[in-house]
Amino acid sequence: MAALQSQSKIVRWIDHRLPIFTFMQHELHEYPTPKNLTYWWNYGSLAALMLMIMIATGIFLAMEYTPNVNLAFDSVERIMRDVNYGWLIRYIHMNGASFFFIVTYIHIFRGLYYGSYKEPRELLWILGVVILLCMMATAFMGYVLPWGQMSFWGATVITNLFSAIPLVGNEVVTWLWGGFSVDNPTLNRFYALHYLLPFVILGVVGLHIMALHTHGSNNPLGIDRKGPQDSIPFHPYYTIKDMFGVGVFLTIFAIFVFWFPNLLGDPANYIRANPLQTPPEIVPEWYFLPFYAMLRSVPDILFIKAKLAGVLAMFGSIFMLFILPWLDTSPVRSARFRPIYKWVFWLLVIDVLVLGYVGAHRPEGLYVVMGRIATLYYFFHFLILFPLLGIFERPLPLPTSISAAVTKGKP
Amino acid sequence: MADTAQPGPIGGHGHDGETRRDFLAIAATAIAGVGTACATWPLISSMNPAQDTLAAGAPIDIDISGVQPGQQIIVLWRSRPIFVVRRTPDQVKALAADKDAASLRDPTSAANQQAAYAKNVYRSVKPDVLVLVGICTHLGCIPEFVPQPGGSLGASWQGGYFCPCHGSRYDLSGRVFQNVPAPYNLPVPPYHFVSDTVIRVGENPPDSTFDFNSIEQI
Repeated sequence: MAALQSQSKIVRWIDHRLPIFTFMQHELHEYPTPKNLTYWWNYGSLAALMLMIMIATGIFLAMEYTPNVNLAFDSVERIMRDVNYGWLIRYIHMNGASFFFIVTYIHIFRGLYYGSYKEPRELLWILGVVILLCMMATAFMGYVLPWGQMSFWGATVITNLFSAIPLVGNEVVTWLWGGFSVDNPTLNRFYALHYLLPFVILGVVGLHIMALHTHGSNNPLGIDRKGPQDSIPFHPYYTIKDMFGVGVFLTIFAIFVFWFPNLLGDPANYIRANPLQTPPEIVPEWYFLPFYAMLRSVPDILFIKAKLAGVLAMFGSIFMLFILPWLDTSPVRSARFRPIYKWVFWLLVIDVLVLGYVGAHRPEGLYVVMGRIATLYYFFHFLILFPLLGIFERPLPLPTSISAAVTKGKP
Repeated sequence: MADTAQPGPIGGHGHDGETRRDFLAIAATAIAGVGTACATWPLISSMNPAQDTLAAGAPIDIDISGVQPGQQIIVLWRSRPIFVVRRTPDQVKALAADKDAASLRDPTSAANQQAAYAKNVYRSVKPDVLVLVGICTHLGCIPEFVPQPGGSLGASWQGGYFCPCHGSRYDLSGRVFQNVPAPYNLPVPPYHFVSDTVIRVGENPPDSTFDFNSIEQI
């Protein structure tokens, strides 16, 4: 690492004692990045942007919000009507959750397509799944805070999942609630944790980036960089590409925030929570629908009751991501050189979309059948297809280097 | 006389090469681990229901003199809805015939969802008065009371409870049907008749020691 070349005496003085500028120079400026990254590589930085937006708006919402079952709903309405720009801050935060999940899901599917989870990036991928889990917990608890009907009943359904744990299930649920049902103690602890978890995410994101910078980004060809001719510095080439993506993304985000702020939410959450009135249908936010579908689809399996089986399927679906680096036996990363996986990948995308569609409907008639087939396929894809494809698929020849793929062999 | 003995290695070797220092390190780590676990306990325990929350869960009396045959009232106890139903003579007769038994998960109430005094086909002390915790054993929704036979729930429907969340079905004794997501019958809380028209929920009859917390699934 070369010593920092800076004109500023102050910068040099600080850097000598705290090498923060050298660090930034090294990790953001010089950081060698494959020169063939497409726009599919924008979604990591977009997710980081969303995390920042959520933390920033969240802190200002926290200044106005009251975590008490008698006051929470009104304090949110006050934010919407009386607090200066409260409507804007809340709509950004509310829709921000959806957009955070959109970019994260695209980021994950990009990793699935280009084999970004394979050696030597297994821990990078696993840290990403940890971030996803933390995001889910944060989003779920945040949704409870406005104390509307969906807040209350969503919290009831999800906390009750833990009662499926054999032997100690009921004790665990009582402990989670701090009472006999979802009530004031529950709201208070969810608020505390909703404030804490984003900073946990921030920490894991730090580890995620540290792991990323150890071996560098994967790329659409899925082959390693062979030398300097395959790389370009992160700055300015990818900072500018990321910035362009940010511009496009924020435009779409703004359209939702200003014109369709409630499109992605459930109107039932503008009704105050009523513990004696279950809404006609309890539906989670759209980003949880595929998991919700799995929860409801599974029937009794031998001695495992449907309830426990559903919970196992739901958590199992995330667990599949954790062990994916070892389920996928193919040595080739990018689907571009995997003639079968290239198509099979889209089956998983369709399967998850079908699950999302099923999750939005009452589990009756055809939806039950669809849900069961789609759930079965999800696990079939991970546990059977991934290991077998690696054995039976014949990959196409890989280019000798990132440059060679373009220059047809010339250096 | 000065000690001229050859100084041994610090800590002194045991016969397998481990030292006293190793022992001290392991012992200190173990004590620190136990200490940390002990210090964590009050934090974990603080998340359990507080004393005032528990005190608010004392037994309550419900006057059922105004409940008409075929009617259900809902009373809140421990922030849970308690269903109290006065079944009609026809409904009692239908339950006694027990035609649905073959399609129920637990027709004999074998699972610990009620006290011994409610372990019968009516799941109640008196055949006509049904007392249940009105929370679906699947994921905690409140089942709808659908006493009319037939209707949108199919020709075989004899009346009972239908959960709007995930479609679980229970009969008029709160016994769950097969092939629905709910695993257990609706729980029966501890209760007894203080007089002919007043029931006390949260307290057993004198001859029973049934523990509400022992219920398998609420």
